[in-house]
Amino acid sequence: MTTARTRETQIEVDPEVPLVRITREFDAPKELVFRAHVDPGLFARWSGPRDLATRIEAWDCRTGGSYRFVQTRGDDEFGFFGTFHEVRPDELIVQTFTFEGMPDGVALEKIRFEALPGGRTRLVSTSLVDSFADRDAFVASGMESGVVEGYEQLDEVLTAS
Amino acid sequence: MAPDPLSRVFSALADPLRRDMVARLASGDATVNELAAPYDVTLQAVSKHLKVLQEAGLVSRTREAQRRPVHLEAEVFELMTTWIERYRREAEQRYRRLDDVLRSMPHEEGRPS
Repeated sequence: MTTARTRETQIEVDPEVPLVRITREFDAPKELVFRAHVDPGLFARWSGPRDLATRIEAWDCRTGGSYRFVQTRGDDEFGFFGTFHEVRPDELIVQTFTFEGMPDGVALEKIRFEALPGGRTRLVSTSLVDSFADRDAFVASGMESGVVEGYEQLDEVLTAS
Repeated sequence: MAPDPLSRVFSALADPLRRDMVARLASGDATVNELAAPYDVTLQAVSKHLKVLQEAGLVSRTREAQRRPVHLEAEVFELMTTWIERYRREAEQRYRRLDDVLRSMPHEEGRPS
């Protein structure tokens, strides 16, 4: 059974629009959680899969600013970029997100920071794409492992031919 | 516009009572009455929840006499829950690293050692 514990990450998939909502609570005030999202050094320490290192290439975290980061494992590199549309301290980040391996695809992400009693924070992150097929594909594969496994499969095809 | 199958399953499982019903059906078929017994809700409400699960393809009901037991479509359930769970687990792992980062950041009340 996949019933998520309250403290653990919860996933909801919207039936009306191609959107995924991720909710998680943290034992830290929202100012800190916000800072861990906008400070490139801190962001690089937690974002991305465990076995990939994140390297920040560009980071201008303000309305109209943009970012680009690369995740590496050995010689494999995966680039991601986007634009910050709204950066409201301790409350909200609105940004776009594109994986460079799929340049036609773009997700619109909203990250909300909600204060909870006891100096805790609820983080609500939504990701909207432009088709149910894209949304379900990335949920089905897990966006990150899907990307990696896709490349591994491509490698296998290329070495076999 | 009708939502796609995955969305239907996701929203069917978004409800705690329906998740609970599915968990019980995982150990065997049950009638509507049996399913309703542990809950403080009307039989009508349980039937409504079952209809949502049925429309999502998660459960089916046989025409077996009067009982018409509810049966969990285990394959559909496992495929969907595997997808959701893997995705959820990746997010959870990311946020556990964020927990670590937050613990290492200086708080207003004092600094961690």
